[in-house]
Amino acid sequence: MQKLIKILKKPITSTFLAIICGILVAGVILIFSGYDPITAFNTLLKGIFSRPKYILKVIEKSTPIILTGISVAFAFKTGLFNIGAEGQYIIGSVVAMMVGVSLKLPAVYQVPIIFLAGIISGAIYGGLIGILKAKFGIHEVITGIMLNWIAFYLCNFVVDSELFHKPSTMRSLSINDSGFTTLFYKWKTSKEGIEYLRQNRWLSEVLLKTDVNVGILVALLVSIIIWFLLYKTSLGYSIRAVGNNAKAAEFAGIGVKRNIMAAMTISGAICGLAAALTITGVSPHAVYKLSMFENIGFNGLFVALIARTSPIGCILSGLFFGALNYGGNALQMDLGIPSEIISITIGSVLFFVALSGAAPMLANKLAKRSKKNVK
Amino acid sequence: MKKLANIFLAGIIIISLSGCSWNDPESVANDGVFRIAMVPDMGGVNDQSFNQSALEGLYELRDETGAQISYVESKQFSDFALNLDKLADGPSDLIIGVGNVLSDAIEEVSARNLDKNFAIVDYSFGEDIANNVTGIVFRAQEGAFLVGYIAGMTTKTNKVGFVGGIKNVIIDQFQYGFEAGVLYASKERKVPIKVINQYAESFADAAKGKAIASRMYSDGCDIVFHAAGGVGYGVIEAAKESGKFVIGVDRDQSYLAPDNVLTSSVKNVGTAVKLVAKELMNGNKIGGKNYEFGLSEHCVGIPENHKNMPEFVYNKALTLSKQVETGQITVPYDEESFENYKSSIDN
Repeated sequence: MQKLIKILKKPITSTFLAIICGILVAGVILIFSGYDPITAFNTLLKGIFSRPKYILKVIEKSTPIILTGISVAFAFKTGLFNIGAEGQYIIGSVVAMMVGVSLKLPAVYQVPIIFLAGIISGAIYGGLIGILKAKFGIHEVITGIMLNWIAFYLCNFVVDSELFHKPSTMRSLSINDSGFTTLFYKWKTSKEGIEYLRQNRWLSEVLLKTDVNVGILVALLVSIIIWFLLYKTSLGYSIRAVGNNAKAAEFAGIGVKRNIMAAMTISGAICGLAAALTITGVSPHAVYKLSMFENIGFNGLFVALIARTSPIGCILSGLFFGALNYGGNALQMDLGIPSEIISITIGSVLFFVALSGAAPMLANKLAKRSKKNVK
Repeated sequence: MKKLANIFLAGIIIISLSGCSWNDPESVANDGVFRIAMVPDMGGVNDQSFNQSALEGLYELRDETGAQISYVESKQFSDFALNLDKLADGPSDLIIGVGNVLSDAIEEVSARNLDKNFAIVDYSFGEDIANNVTGIVFRAQEGAFLVGYIAGMTTKTNKVGFVGGIKNVIIDQFQYGFEAGVLYASKERKVPIKVINQYAESFADAAKGKAIASRMYSDGCDIVFHAAGGVGYGVIEAAKESGKFVIGVDRDQSYLAPDNVLTSSVKNVGTAVKLVAKELMNGNKIGGKNYEFGLSEHCVGIPENHKNMPEFVYNKALTLSKQVETGQITVPYDEESFENYKSSIDN
């Protein structure tokens, strides 16, 4: 009993419980809409794991949302709800694309410059929200949403402009290939590469049909850096102090405004990094004209919430989220289940995460009862 | 931290073990069933227009021949290639991308899966088309020309509106075809008719469509034509509220507002897709070709339903349609050809 209580009190337990409950809810909905949940679940897992290629694709799809998740989680530690992550991501990708298209340098310079461009533009865009919050007290959600739309239309403007528009498509030009971070790109598109890969079916699946890139490693690195920054440095301490109680922090001599601005800038920079990684690593290495938000920033909100704003947890929850989204397509492909069911699963997982107070409460109840029994 | 890592490891082991027990999905089924898979654009399969039309065409084909149909919707632009690629792993005989936004993805995926047939709607790869890709394009301007003519003949305020989704070559066909039709009617009636164009910068935002159309109606337009996918919902809604006429697109949209939909510029993606798929089913080679469909193939046009317009207008529109079919009238499809058309009609 004691052990059960201990387990229930752990935050990770309630997250897992939430995920299980969410899947159960989706199962019930599947039954009601006339599908067999066991087959569906099987298909989902198959869609994610049955080929090495699929696993790589899940990783590729998860990378940007892991990063936007970390970004949101980081801002959350200062008590800021960075709903502007979407806009920061868009701006990052637009600027990275512009730089990548305009410059034609050797890879050693090209790649870092594109990354810097993405990071700096994201940081400025996020920092703007921080400044408005710190100096004028404008709520970050309001400015975040507004700036999202500005980014949205700015993106469409740039994609449409003569300099960057690829004729008769809905997207911009691709960046110069010296800026690609796709692994073995040169080799696998060369003649010898294709010839070699044709001999080796497994390798050709893994390399030729995916955009394997360095993104996930960068995401891992960033999550560790952010964790270190938050828990092992004085900046992190003051950021967390502001998040826990801004008034007390100020009383203790911690500059609240400065920390808000710093947190939003870093948060924006991470989104910009995510964008630069996508532009350099994933084909078509370009920005599309948006007809609605691509939700990479917004999904970051979910990822951060499921991870309970832990930067390390964001990796797992980002992979979980990406896997559900990617595997969900198999449901539609093989069984004809509407994609909305997957959205409902994710929604109900979130709902149960929000209810995460329930597990510790249960633990307390159990503890009380066991005490009574002792008497 | 250590425990977390343990849990993670355990998860990976379980998953990879279970992963091994599955076989690769068969890439060839060999059971004689013809399989067609479709990837709609961002509008999804219930968009009441373009994608839905394509899927309906495929369902008709299924009912006629027993072909198996499946589809996957995409949430992001980057999903197109992923979904096409996944379909190419399966047993599909023909994979159709609906909408020109999929052109990159089709190009990329078809190059990696040379053993599969791909088709794309609304995009032509021109001369350098790959051997396993089929382009399906429409002369949508011809249908738009007819509805433009009908609008020009029916308008009482001599002011009509056009709501576009996002400016691109396909929507240009609708816009300039429509303007040409209006111009034709205005020459016939010898009154100037003004066309107001506005773009919603979206294919999904119905609220925006409603706002734009309401504005047009209160500015004196009495007929609005939309070529804007989901945005058109809002346009039709606005027409209902202000009791004015609206012209539908892609499918006969009169069921959405029977008293307000004047006519529709039908673009039968379904019929076209069905024709192309049938070619392949009959063993003909369709790869490396671009198919073009227009009035003469009965893939664009106006619906028979015409209760909201005078009989003579409908009959005249049918006569015009014959003229377009026989090539007596060439309908413009972009700004340049429209200018040429304008100067030719002025003389």
